[in-house]
Amino acid sequence: MATQHSRSAARLMLTPAVVLLLGWMLVPLTLTLFFSFKKYLPMRGDSLDRGLDWVGFANYTRFLSSSSFWPSVQTTLIMVGGVLLITVVLGVLLALLLDQPIWGQGVVRILVIAPFFVMPTVSALVWKNMLMDPVNGILAHLWRFFGAEPVSWLSDASLSSIILIVSWQWLPFATLILLTAVQSLDSEQLEAAEMDGAPVLKRFWHIVLPHLSRAITIVILIQTIFLLSIFAEIFVTTGGAFGTRTLTYLIFQRVIDSQNIGLGSAGGVYAIILANIVAIFLMRIVGKNLDA
Amino acid sequence: MARSTTTKRKILTTGLAWAVGLLIFFPILWTVLTSFKTEAQAINDPPLFLFFDWTLENYAVVQERSDYMRFLWNSVIIAGGSTLLGIIVAVPAAWSMAFVPSRRTKDILLWMLSTKMLPAVGVLYPISLIFVEFNLLDTRIGLIMVLMLINLPIIVWMLYTYFKEIPGEILEAARMDGATLKEEILYVLTPMAIPGIASTILLNFILAWNEAFWTLNLTAASAAPLTAFIASYSSPEGLFFAKLSAASTMAIAPILILGWFSQKQLVRGLTFGAVK
Repeated sequence: MATQHSRSAARLMLTPAVVLLLGWMLVPLTLTLFFSFKKYLPMRGDSLDRGLDWVGFANYTRFLSSSSFWPSVQTTLIMVGGVLLITVVLGVLLALLLDQPIWGQGVVRILVIAPFFVMPTVSALVWKNMLMDPVNGILAHLWRFFGAEPVSWLSDASLSSIILIVSWQWLPFATLILLTAVQSLDSEQLEAAEMDGAPVLKRFWHIVLPHLSRAITIVILIQTIFLLSIFAEIFVTTGGAFGTRTLTYLIFQRVIDSQNIGLGSAGGVYAIILANIVAIFLMRIVGKNLDA
Repeated sequence: MARSTTTKRKILTTGLAWAVGLLIFFPILWTVLTSFKTEAQAINDPPLFLFFDWTLENYAVVQERSDYMRFLWNSVIIAGGSTLLGIIVAVPAAWSMAFVPSRRTKDILLWMLSTKMLPAVGVLYPISLIFVEFNLLDTRIGLIMVLMLINLPIIVWMLYTYFKEIPGEILEAARMDGATLKEEILYVLTPMAIPGIASTILLNFILAWNEAFWTLNLTAASAAPLTAFIASYSSPEGLFFAKLSAASTMAIAPILILGWFSQKQLVRGLTFGAVK
């Protein structure tokens, strides 16, 4: 039974974290909303001191009707979808493989997890140069070895290349979480099914996959939130060129390169709405888990 | 009969698992190997795997030309500072929610998590504006604050799930024996909470170390950490594979080692306790 005293002490202890996060959320969000309704081009003499013109929803409609908006949405969807597909499918297979009795399991696990700890700028640059360089990259050597013409990965197959790089970074995350879920699988149930003569694929489809469905959902939701804001990987490889401009990158360019703060802020509001749609589903699952 | 098939199967799965593991690890392995080559050997055709003249020259060049130690120090200060600050704010908050829960605890936890979902690019300009206004641009303290705030929800959540596992009866017993709130925290709770706090620190240090949106956008020269240092290699001049490799190896080695220790906490921390 918590006393009145400990209850007020508890409230006091909670306050700093709540105030900080509230400020972190509200202040920038309010400013972004404010700018999104203003004409704000610092390069053309607009400044906060002299006041900004109110333009209503003009920035919102302009952002949607600009020729680069829909391509950027498409690029974002292909990138996020592609990475999710690769990491979840390979992640399930890898988790099942690593769950088998193997010699040196600990070492293999370490090898598989390693890419997750490589900082985004390093993995992007290492892939861009050491592996994907059309002259000196390993892949170019490999292609020549088999008598094929080396590919200019980041200009001719730019989006697929970035999907490959990002998948490499996130596969460990998916594998690790799915492995944790696989390990909690009831082995007696599987053995019983095996005794009854259920073939491997059937056992996978009717027992393993349903058991993994919750973990898969969580992997998909968490990765989506991180993948929607992928930045460094594009920044150091293509800089948004060759059809790799995602929504995040488009907003970044509007704000930083073309210094159109109003337009960029309207884009930012769209990005926030998009992320929140995904977030709602994630919160539901996490919230349910809190009750359990 | 049965044994021989399982052994055969184990050999098969072992072979497959190692092949896949090495394939995934290859880019890192290749980078580390290349960092010990000369620039000419780095682009040799066919590629050289182990039989080349091992040299440490690249490491010396990278340090000399770009002052690697300064970036490393910035990374350590920024990642360490933001984690420490986050822990100081989060421990009391997580403690109070785990042990003195109220009707609103669940809502507060979920709301904290929702701040983590805010896409950074959506608030890039306001944050830069605030940074300019308070002279925080390209300072370590500014980045420490931002990274602390973006990781605070994860820190609170991780600590909360760890604290939740400490049995309440122990606290009751301590209270029965007349322990004050201070004694309760200091002598009963803290010793039991230390492993959880340690793994929280570890994971958040890694996350802050690798953060590459704010560190790229809010620093220029003096406060730039390793993420920005590596990004400066994206517009190369001449032969640079070996030097890029040396710089990359130095940037990832410390965190790779820490990361391997934190495998288990990773699942818990990044799924907000939804998968254990």
